Amino acid sequence: MQLESLYQEIILDHYKHPHGRGLRDAADPDARVGEAHHVNPTCGDEITVRVTTDGKVFTDISYDGMGCSISQASASILHELLRGRAADDATVVHEAFVELMSGRGQVTPDEEVLGDGVAFAGVARYPARVKCALLSWMAFKDAAARAGVGVSPTEVKA
Amino acid sequence: MTSIAIPAGMPQYDDVPRFDVARVRADFPILDREVNGHPLVYLDSANTSHKPRQVLDVLAEHYARHNANVSRSVHTLGTEATEAYEGARAKVATFINAPSVDEVVFTKNSTEAINIVVYAFSNASLRPDADPRFRIGPGDEIVISEMEHHSNIVPWQLLAERTGATLRWFPVTDHGRLDESGLAELVTERTKIVSLVHTSNILGTVNATARITERVREVGALLLLDCSQSVPHMPMDVVDYDADFIVFTGHKMCAPTGIGVLWGRGELLAAMPPVMGGGSMIETVSMARSTFAAPPARFEAGTPPIAEAVALGAAVDYLSGIGMRAIQWHEKELTAYALDALATVPGLRIFGPNVPVGRGGTISFALGDVHPHDVGQVLDSLGVQVRVGHHCAKPVCTRFGVPAMTRASFYLYTTTEEIDALVAGLEQVRKVFG
Repeated sequence: MQLESLYQEIILDHYKHPHGRGLRDAADPDARVGEAHHVNPTCGDEITVRVTTDGKVFTDISYDGMGCSISQASASILHELLRGRAADDATVVHEAFVELMSGRGQVTPDEEVLGDGVAFAGVARYPARVKCALLSWMAFKDAAARAGVGVSPTEVKA
Repeated sequence: MTSIAIPAGMPQYDDVPRFDVARVRADFPILDREVNGHPLVYLDSANTSHKPRQVLDVLAEHYARHNANVSRSVHTLGTEATEAYEGARAKVATFINAPSVDEVVFTKNSTEAINIVVYAFSNASLRPDADPRFRIGPGDEIVISEMEHHSNIVPWQLLAERTGATLRWFPVTDHGRLDESGLAELVTERTKIVSLVHTSNILGTVNATARITERVREVGALLLLDCSQSVPHMPMDVVDYDADFIVFTGHKMCAPTGIGVLWGRGELLAAMPPVMGGGSMIETVSMARSTFAAPPARFEAGTPPIAEAVALGAAVDYLSGIGMRAIQWHEKELTAYALDALATVPGLRIFGPNVPVGRGGTISFALGDVHPHDVGQVLDSLGVQVRVGHHCAKPVCTRFGVPAMTRASFYLYTTTEEIDALVAGLEQVRKVFG
């Protein structure tokens, strides 16, 4: 059934048991913190992403929001993939995810880079859902910039 | 089928006009298609309706045989096109029982129709000699409701910002009805206009307007009814409703997109300054200044959507041929059936009236805590087309504490089997997300 390519087990799992959900304060008072709130105006979904960094590494990525399984699972996977990574490293993953989601299902994802994010390959075939998948990733990019760390210059054409 | 016991003294079942739904469905070519390997189950007519062959044929015939610009040509094609365009206006006027055909202004859609009234206020407020009923400023009030479509909220917000007027609104009750308890305090001598949705596009509520109209008359304000979701589904008589303006859109009533209607009382339209300037809306033009045509031409600057208007006339013929009373009753039965059927789905919560009284065939709901996007996606995989999201009525979602809703909406071609398919589809949603 077609639907299974969209609702991969991994996605439903992250949706039902999100990792790292809830906004957290920085443990280190000297850490730089950036936060961004993004909404999807077509469906009303919202997410707030907060990054904590020492200037090099994303020591924490926390988030809170409401939305569909795709947007919530995507935030959970973002947390899994990018927390603890150096900014340069995170850029590579971020670019790969945006490329995957912008690829109309024509991009073969690299599991080495994207981990559980490969489960979103099917979502890219549903243009109406690409924005759901990217919501937290775009909020993360803004939050990182506000914390003074640039991530992925790629503009999204979703 | 659910049976409804009708109390004695009320119109009985047999009194109601009926039509053969299977025959009506045969008029709509799109209803034959499949979606994702399943027969199409289209439950999104509140969003846009499908178009019958009779309307599509008129649209094609107009371009194939009568295409020319209107109101400016002496040649035969121009005359034919003008007659067809003005003929459509006359059909629409009859359809809503407008006292005069000149009270029907063709617009792009309901949004544009509302904006014409809004900008007439705006423009009048800049002219000291304008009709005082349209002059608005600090201390004046505009009244809408919490159950409006964004198209009947945002233009008024912008008008209030531009002029310093105050925007106020009727709240919505827990049952999804308009809360009229504060009517006397809300609609006062300060009120310039009450702009109210007739049938809610999200809750399905049909607002009873009589008490509000009475109060509006008492304080000398104007009344606009947004009939986008009512004119397609029930008989409309603008004299009986005693409104000052109504707006509706063609694409929700079997006509093409790009054509809508502003109906206004003749003397009010005549008192309104122009909104858009251009060709066709003038009386005479010199380099220094212009004078303007009488309504409706005054509000139809530029080449209008001619073929779309003609096709709206055909849609009005089509709906009248079946009978608006019959369509209204068909949808009432569907709504009763659907409310009962949806009540059997575990964890389903209906937003808006849960009885088939004072409501139309538009039902929004939540299925447990499954997000509407996910509900809609699973239903789509089964061929069932519903709308999900905030339905351009975010304040209603906020009122009921949800970011989004799933909405099923019916029309004359909808069947009880399609409602069964929806209910079966919701079981599938529960399996995927349970």
